Amino acid sequence: MPDVTKTAAVAEEAVDAPSVVEAAAPKQEKARSLWGDAWHDLRRNPYFLVSAVLILFLLTVAAFPGLFTSASPTVGDLVNHYLGKPELAHIGQADWLGYDGQGRSVYARMIHGTRASIIVGICVTAIVTVVGGLMGMLAGYFGGVMDAILSRVTDIFFGIPFLLGAMVVLQSFTERTVWVVVGALAFLGWTQMARVMRGAVITVKQADYVHAAKALGAGTSRILFKHILPNAMAPVIVVATIALGGYISAEATLSYLGLGLAAPTVSWGVDVSTAVDQIRVAPHILLWPSIMLSVTILAFIMLGEAVRNALDPKMR
Amino acid sequence: MGRYVARRLLQMIPVFFGTTLLIFLMVYSLPGDPVAGLFGDKGASPATIEAIRHKLGLDLPLYEQYWNYMKGIILHFDFGTQIRNDRPVTEVLGEAFPVTLQLATLAFAFELIFGIGLGIIGGLKAGKLADNAILIFTLLIISIPVFVLGFFIKMVFADNLGWIAPNVSNEQLWSEMIAPAVVLGGLSLAYVARLTRTSMAENLRADYMRTAVAKGLPKRRIIGVHLMRNSMIPVVTFLGTDIGALMGGAVVTEKIFNIKGVGGLIAESISRREGSTLVGLVTILVIVYLVTSLLIDLLYAVLDPRIRYA
Repeated sequence: MPDVTKTAAVAEEAVDAPSVVEAAAPKQEKARSLWGDAWHDLRRNPYFLVSAVLILFLLTVAAFPGLFTSASPTVGDLVNHYLGKPELAHIGQADWLGYDGQGRSVYARMIHGTRASIIVGICVTAIVTVVGGLMGMLAGYFGGVMDAILSRVTDIFFGIPFLLGAMVVLQSFTERTVWVVVGALAFLGWTQMARVMRGAVITVKQADYVHAAKALGAGTSRILFKHILPNAMAPVIVVATIALGGYISAEATLSYLGLGLAAPTVSWGVDVSTAVDQIRVAPHILLWPSIMLSVTILAFIMLGEAVRNALDPKMR
Repeated sequence: MGRYVARRLLQMIPVFFGTTLLIFLMVYSLPGDPVAGLFGDKGASPATIEAIRHKLGLDLPLYEQYWNYMKGIILHFDFGTQIRNDRPVTEVLGEAFPVTLQLATLAFAFELIFGIGLGIIGGLKAGKLADNAILIFTLLIISIPVFVLGFFIKMVFADNLGWIAPNVSNEQLWSEMIAPAVVLGGLSLAYVARLTRTSMAENLRADYMRTAVAKGLPKRRIIGVHLMRNSMIPVVTFLGTDIGALMGGAVVTEKIFNIKGVGGLIAESISRREGSTLVGLVTILVIVYLVTSLLIDLLYAVLDPRIRYA
């Protein structure tokens, strides 16, 4: 015979746990818009604060690498071959993280590699959000034949495994610049956004204010961009921020496989792929770009989580 | 239900042909000639190359090649010939698939057990220390790219501790596959844990939970049947799409641990412009993806009786 009162109490406690969290949330004084409300929540979220500071820092590094190191990431001196252990006393100097196999400063390469990853992440996300968002909006709003066609096209691209498809696309380019990689990832990545947007638009288009706008004689484009889009954006933005980290990771993975960026482009993925062959001799070359890569992805994923919590309080 | 399945199956047809055509066009637009590649630096007479191209049907217009290829697959289960070895692609795939399947099965079991386990702990203790620890752990796992995780596991457990062999041997023992499976399944594990946790924490507040508690049902039954069954829908959806992703995503893991599976075959076929092998592989992955997503949709009705199919 199970102890009914005890199990019930435990279950009750479990049931109450989330509502305690809810009660702790600040009471609203006046009505705010969805976005105003989200911003109010975000400013108090430690995840958001930490990730925002990290991302601002990374953006600064990507834009002005010269502020952080004066050493060249591409010029090496073989005298320094594999030299060095990190020395805290030398922070900010070229040699403090040691040198790679060709005597190039690991620290300088780490700083200068930021730009490629950030550009790939932001550009792919921007393209994917616009293209996928548009496809999803059209499919969701118009329904019927339009939806059937657009959804099948989305399914076709979605059916191809992402990494595999990107490998094939990239193989057909002999010179793989950052923009080629951006194009390949965007070519295959927009489907996720289209699906999310379609779902959101279908929910929003049944709202009363959309019917009201229609009754008042608003045109299709006005309804789409003035009423539907702002209200369907929330899930898309959440998926976009989280996906941004994923695209940075995908670029690095493709570079590691030898199909993404290649030397002389300076990128963390390129560095990791060269470091792999020397892992037993000089593990430090693998360590630093890996850490930068993981921290960057972490920052964007944390931002996405914080935005999700702010926009969708139910998920808490 | 029957009508729903029939409609879904009909929808699969254009997707199947569309995806295979897309990958076909992508592969055949690759620069370079796989037949000329057979002869290495010495080269061969144009007549020889032309004869081989003719034998393989590579001199036909692209739409005819696609038509023949699809006809072969559907009518005879014939995926063409691997140019390099002159072996049927089905034979090559037959050797590589079981290895990757073995790896993917282990990875899947790993993410299923630990992912759902951690998710349940997090969900039941939402907002508490254990929950936060699990959230941070999964966040870290998601942030580390697969190849970085792979190399660190190899470095620590193979090079420093010597617990595992750095590379998987040709016999592909189950015990050798554990480390690669952890690497392959790690990312999905984190997602499974998060989805389970969120879904459980949300459903804990549902009316039917309150009812179940009020009825005085034992805790095991409340959590095991009422909560779990309703919380598993997003998790099952993810796991369904993940089966295909595990098979296709094995490229990196197999390269790191030197496993002779589908991943290695894919990388090799891409660099050798082995169109037939590559298209065959992707076709199988697409079929796996289409079938699992149909099964997942049907499973919804089992998990949540409120869902009905018209």
